[in-house]
Amino acid sequence: MVKIKMVKQKNKSAEKLKDLGNKVVDDIDKGKNPIITFSLRNLSNIVFDSKTRTLKLGDKIGSRSFFNVAHSKKFLQTIEIASILKKELLESGKHEHLRGVFYMAKRTIPGTNVNIVDEQSESDDIIEDLEVITGLSREQLHVSANKMGSMVGNVVLEDSGDTIDCSKLGRGGYSIPSITDELEFKKINAKYILYMEKAAIFERLNEDKFWQKNNSILVTSQGQTTRGIRRLLQRLSEEKDLPIYVLTDFDCWGFYIYSVIKYGSIALAHASEKLTIPGVKFLGITADDIIKYDLKKHLIKLNDQDLKRMKQVSEYEWFKDNKDWQRQLKMMKDFGAKAEIQSLSAKGISFISETYLPNKIKTKDFLE
Amino acid sequence: MAKSKNQPKLELIKAEELAQQQREISVAAFFEKNRHLLGFDSPVKALATAVKEMVDNSLDACEEMHVLPNIIVIIKESGENRYIVSVEDNGPGIVKEQIPRVFAKLLYGSKFYRFFQSRGQQGLGVSASILYGQLTTGKPAKITSRISPKKPTHYYELHIDIAKNEPEIVVDKEIEWIKDHGTKVEIELEGKYQKGRLSVDEYLKQAAIANPHLNLVYIDPLKEKVEFKRVTNELPEEPKEIKPHPYGIELGVLIRMLRNTESRNLRSFLTNEFSRVSNAVADEIINKTGLKPDLKPKEISTQDADKIFRVIQQVKIMLPPTDCLSPIGEDLLLKGLKKEINAEFYAAISRSPAVYRGIPFEIEVAIAYGGSSFQQDELVRVIRFANRVPLIYQQSACAITRSILNTDWKNYGLQQSKGALPIGPALITVHIASVWVPFTSESKEAIAHYDEIIKEIKLALQECGRKLQTYIRKTVRVKEAKERISLFEKYIPEVANSLSILTGKKKELIVISLNKMLKKGLPELIAQANGENQNGKAKE
Repeated sequence: MVKIKMVKQKNKSAEKLKDLGNKVVDDIDKGKNPIITFSLRNLSNIVFDSKTRTLKLGDKIGSRSFFNVAHSKKFLQTIEIASILKKELLESGKHEHLRGVFYMAKRTIPGTNVNIVDEQSESDDIIEDLEVITGLSREQLHVSANKMGSMVGNVVLEDSGDTIDCSKLGRGGYSIPSITDELEFKKINAKYILYMEKAAIFERLNEDKFWQKNNSILVTSQGQTTRGIRRLLQRLSEEKDLPIYVLTDFDCWGFYIYSVIKYGSIALAHASEKLTIPGVKFLGITADDIIKYDLKKHLIKLNDQDLKRMKQVSEYEWFKDNKDWQRQLKMMKDFGAKAEIQSLSAKGISFISETYLPNKIKTKDFLE
Repeated sequence: MAKSKNQPKLELIKAEELAQQQREISVAAFFEKNRHLLGFDSPVKALATAVKEMVDNSLDACEEMHVLPNIIVIIKESGENRYIVSVEDNGPGIVKEQIPRVFAKLLYGSKFYRFFQSRGQQGLGVSASILYGQLTTGKPAKITSRISPKKPTHYYELHIDIAKNEPEIVVDKEIEWIKDHGTKVEIELEGKYQKGRLSVDEYLKQAAIANPHLNLVYIDPLKEKVEFKRVTNELPEEPKEIKPHPYGIELGVLIRMLRNTESRNLRSFLTNEFSRVSNAVADEIINKTGLKPDLKPKEISTQDADKIFRVIQQVKIMLPPTDCLSPIGEDLLLKGLKKEINAEFYAAISRSPAVYRGIPFEIEVAIAYGGSSFQQDELVRVIRFANRVPLIYQQSACAITRSILNTDWKNYGLQQSKGALPIGPALITVHIASVWVPFTSESKEAIAHYDEIIKEIKLALQECGRKLQTYIRKTVRVKEAKERISLFEKYIPEVANSLSILTGKKKELIVISLNKMLKKGLPELIAQANGENQNGKAKE
């Protein structure tokens, strides 16, 4: 079953790229300046859809034509990278990292000193354009990014033909691949998923066998949540109907990690549909936790960057009209300080796994 | 001391015996031993220096008479490493009685005791050339001069008596001459003629740039004739003579002035002999020294002169007048540059006058850029002028060079390594006009590093640099546009190849179609690349 689905997707992706090529060749045959059009991805075209409560691309359309001095290089990059993805990845059934695609595209155009691409950011950018142009995700185009996350819990899954039991993977847990679309969940026995910003907390909870005692799944990444993890969380949420709780530091960066999982991000607004999880809840740390557990003496003073970020975050549309979040931000401002999850360790090394988390979950003390 | 036994016993010499060897050294004898101080250190340089000194003198003479200079320079080879240099002008000529001393006595001149902008300063140049010629060939200098058509033409052959620094007349006669007035000087000397940056040819070319009112005919040792044509009939504005400013005076000069003055008391000495010293200023100086105002200048002791000298620096005195200078002017500087240097872009700046050590000066800068006379990746050429005289030697020791090095040319579109001259197809000309140009040595090859001077030069360079930058930006844009258009031709096979992979269509057919479209759309693309017509829906 899975194999067939994968092959189908592969062909579908290759077809979409071929469509792009056909459209351009059509223009050329008609003697028209060949043009590629697609939704603009810049900030001016990012909108917050209040109905789905996700960040999406607006209806502004950008175009890239070949016989235009300002566009020709990008036009060439787009067509060239599309051909690379089709021929080298999709048709051969292989996956490649963003970095690898960059090297495949990096060559000097004969008779010039111009390279197709000079920096990886250029090819990364084109790949995101191709996602918008084809309506396919990067994963469907067989391009992967660095994996930076782990999962542990009562989950048995199949990854490229291998069966993996995430309850038997020691301290490190399952290393989440960058493409999670094709994972198949064989057996899951859990009541909820706890996603945390910090790998150190993940290790603490794993060592305390928190997931076993509380019948849950633990997921972490380093800092910002990668696409693969977001897609994995979304699938677990939708396919297995599992609630997801987010645990981050008490600072604006932590709040934004939650915000991205819930509403989507500016950079990946075009892929919101496959990444956002509207039902996700914020567990902590909250200003109330800090007061309740007397963590005030472990607060860290806000610096200029924190204050700047606080102003931005408080003005995001989805936080602006949310009283609970505005209250949190106001309290942070009043403290003039932020706090790390690890500050809970001041109450005892396993305070977080034995007291804090079970209490929060039992009383459903969440923020939406 | 322990070793004294082994040392040969030296006889004590009495002061009286030493005194027998002590005597006044004549200036001429001094320079015989120190010819490098006057710029005669190598045969190549000697020839160039002689020509320079003679031409400078002629130019000054013509301008003083208010006549447009016509100068003829002839260099003839007279033997192995020997040349006869002849420079002839249409200046006022020199009265008969003065001719021997003007030419055959060092430090005899009209300019040293006067404070105004002129090429020569010390009355050293031509006589030093004559002295050098005499030392190397033994031949006398030949002078022809006439002051008016009504007067006879005098011809002299002169030696310098080195011990006495006095002229020694070898021939003195009247001759026929076609000129109504003017002077011709002929010196035979040991030298070496060569072409290139440090040559006589280069000096004359630069002199023509700085003196657009000069017409100069030059016949070189290979008998080739070059004419540097006059491009303006405007004579430079006559520089005004000013009195020295107290801030710029040196103690020695002050003492000399006190000895020579005709003023009867200290107070009138100060107000009469200096510029910007009012009665009030004079009183303030005198009060601070504690000397009596009616002291006779000639009776003031060296210690008291030193007191006056020190007090002057503490008294606030208005800066000297600056209208005494005669710059070349932006227009004429450009004219001069354009006629001798073939470039694509020219810019010139004349600054307002400024003051160093109480001495007024003015800086002018011109830049020529681009064109066939330059190499793309060479250091820029620097041409330095002081009172319209090209400075050929000692470039690296000069304040002008220092100022160019200290300017960040990357801001103005040229490349530059740290602490080096900028790189690019350009020429930078700097002119300093001053009543007293501070040279680093008597040979007048490099300008001393006064902060005020370096600051003014840098400001002028920056001002000119900004004009250059605007031009370079524009030309670079046009060049880039051309390159971008040519890129389309290179992109076409690449796009076609990728499209062929995507669609399975034949690459060759796509290439043909795209090339056709390129030909048709070229004019529009060129306009676009030049930024003239940007109606493309630019996404980026």
